[in-house]
Amino acid sequence: MSILVDKNTKVLVQGLTGKTGTFHTEQALAYHGTKMVGGTHPTKGGQKWQGKVNGQTVELPIFSSLAEGKAETGATASVIYVPPAGAAEAIIEAIEADMPLIVCITEGIPVLDMVRVKAKLDKSKSRLIGPNCPGVLTPDECKIGIMPGNIFKKGSVGVVSRSGTLTYEAVFQTTNEGLGQTTAVGIGGDPVKGTEFIDVLEMFLADEATKSIVMIGEIGGSAEEDAAQFIRDEAKRGRRKPMAGFIAGRTAPKGRTMGHAGAVISGGKGGAEDKIAAMEAAGIRVSPSPARLGKTLVEAIKG
Amino acid sequence: MNIHEYQAKQILKGYGAPVADGVPIFKAGEAEAAAKRLPGPLYVVKSQIHAGGRGKGKFKELGADAKGGVRLAKSVEDVVANANEMLGHTLVTKQTGPAGKQVNRLYIEDGADIDRELYLSLLVDRTVGRVAFVVSTEGGMDIETVAHDTPEKIVTVAINPEAGVTAADAKKLNGALKLSGDAAKDGEKLFPILYRAFLDKDMSLLEINPLIVMKDGRLRVLDAKVSFDNNALFRHPDIVELRDTTEEDAKEIEASKYDLAYVALDGNIGCMVNGAGLAMATMDIIKLYGAEPANFLDVGGGANKEKVTAAFKIITADPNVKGILVNIFGGIMRCDVIAEGVVAAVREVGLKVPLVVRLEGTNVELGKKILRESGLDVVPADDLDDAARKIVKGVKG
Repeated sequence: MSILVDKNTKVLVQGLTGKTGTFHTEQALAYHGTKMVGGTHPTKGGQKWQGKVNGQTVELPIFSSLAEGKAETGATASVIYVPPAGAAEAIIEAIEADMPLIVCITEGIPVLDMVRVKAKLDKSKSRLIGPNCPGVLTPDECKIGIMPGNIFKKGSVGVVSRSGTLTYEAVFQTTNEGLGQTTAVGIGGDPVKGTEFIDVLEMFLADEATKSIVMIGEIGGSAEEDAAQFIRDEAKRGRRKPMAGFIAGRTAPKGRTMGHAGAVISGGKGGAEDKIAAMEAAGIRVSPSPARLGKTLVEAIKG
Repeated sequence: MNIHEYQAKQILKGYGAPVADGVPIFKAGEAEAAAKRLPGPLYVVKSQIHAGGRGKGKFKELGADAKGGVRLAKSVEDVVANANEMLGHTLVTKQTGPAGKQVNRLYIEDGADIDRELYLSLLVDRTVGRVAFVVSTEGGMDIETVAHDTPEKIVTVAINPEAGVTAADAKKLNGALKLSGDAAKDGEKLFPILYRAFLDKDMSLLEINPLIVMKDGRLRVLDAKVSFDNNALFRHPDIVELRDTTEEDAKEIEASKYDLAYVALDGNIGCMVNGAGLAMATMDIIKLYGAEPANFLDVGGGANKEKVTAAFKIITADPNVKGILVNIFGGIMRCDVIAEGVVAAVREVGLKVPLVVRLEGTNVELGKKILRESGLDVVPADDLDDAARKIVKGVKG
């Protein structure tokens, strides 16, 4: 088992024809044959995309709209590599096409564009992961996004993170500990996003194959505190799994990365120490070092 | 990106917000003409720097007894005298740090008879993914202090993007600010105006502290602080024009030219990392091993060789840097691109301090090979822990 994606997930690429889209689509195809079924481009519909996978040329159909691509291929997910100026419209196109899972990799989308997207998303059945995230990967089955596949190993750890590269650290270290992963989800570093920690934690708690969880947060906002509260509440109902955590930015200078008014709205929340305290109070083992995520999880599992 | 108060007020005035008349000046010689354009008899002379706490701030050159960075003047001559004393001098406030900031611009404004001082700001509330008004009757003071001491005096009203500021929202805001009569009517007009400006210009923060009720019962925007979403500047060339680079760190300006996220810090280990989270975590682990980072530097996801070279040059240009740690976990960022950039940069600028490179992820073997075959004195590291130990040892000896 896994969450969000598996070997049956069929993926369309929005922004397939660009350099980034092409590179990562080739990587996804090479990763245990992730079912990449095509891409979209407003003026190149009907043409073919060509890529190289393990020395072989591979072709994928290009559709002029996502709705058309979905109807033709039966795609259940889309991944977005569209540049920032057009990325919000790409997400909205996917929402309007009722795409069940939308993964937006694009970094640097104007936040007010995401406010517009969020309003539409809340009224839809689509789930958006990101933006500004590394994607979702279920080992040996499906890779959506930009995570390096070679560090994964099929196993029992659910990984959820706000930071792309720290997701890789958690994956790499749990692989090195021999645990492996069920699914890794990068929820993204933007302030307004589709999926929060709580959404993913709920899925990991419900997933039988996931035996333990790594959660990686960073300074700013209060999503980690909210997640810690959720974990506490669920534990009271008897739902609990061993968890390790990390918060990046313990040593970040105050006032530089955190907006002045942002600190007001969260009522004193947002600093690393508060987040760590909230997570520890919820029974999550928080590693002081980003290099000890795997070892900390092993300790949490031993209890 | 931040702008000055007078620039923020010009934008708000363009949307119809009640802002006092005022004239910015760049030289003391312009003070008299500026004051004469205003009705008088009360004037305010305000230092224009990108930092708060100006009123209580002190000029370094003038001694402790001199007046602060925002001054009342009761005649044109008084305006001129104050302008002469303030321009060109260094204002130290709670937010500038001990070095202070040189005042190169003043804003001469029509004075107001203040009855009450309120707080109002707009920002993106990330918990609900909406633009929100944050208001309080406790204006004119540091809002973080209010949030800490009397959080119940702060009211947040999030706006539904599909409805905009509704009559119900305006009523809530008027109630929270205890506005009635003309002031409440002004409020009903002002709230949608501010919301429109915030959206149109892609602001990330619009803070009015204080918003005042004047003795005649009308509202006025007395101070305005505006920041813009850097990710949206591409569609606002008019806003980019307002940038004042004298308010920014030279290294940070250089970094922004290459689209690098860079923050100068006080330590001696220069860092080049991909991803904001890993960049922060790299700072954290350096500190955990007893040393201090010289900077935060995220080369981002789409870095190319030129960007990596630029990043390396910015790090090595800092005289405090006694060692460099490159920490890359490639996903979108390919390790071979980083390796090529590092090699090119070292060949160009030379290497006088220890350099530890940790590569992992996409194309890692190719990246390691490029470094190995470069013949350069690069210390490879196996993982983050190993990398941190090696660079701290390299710096401390």
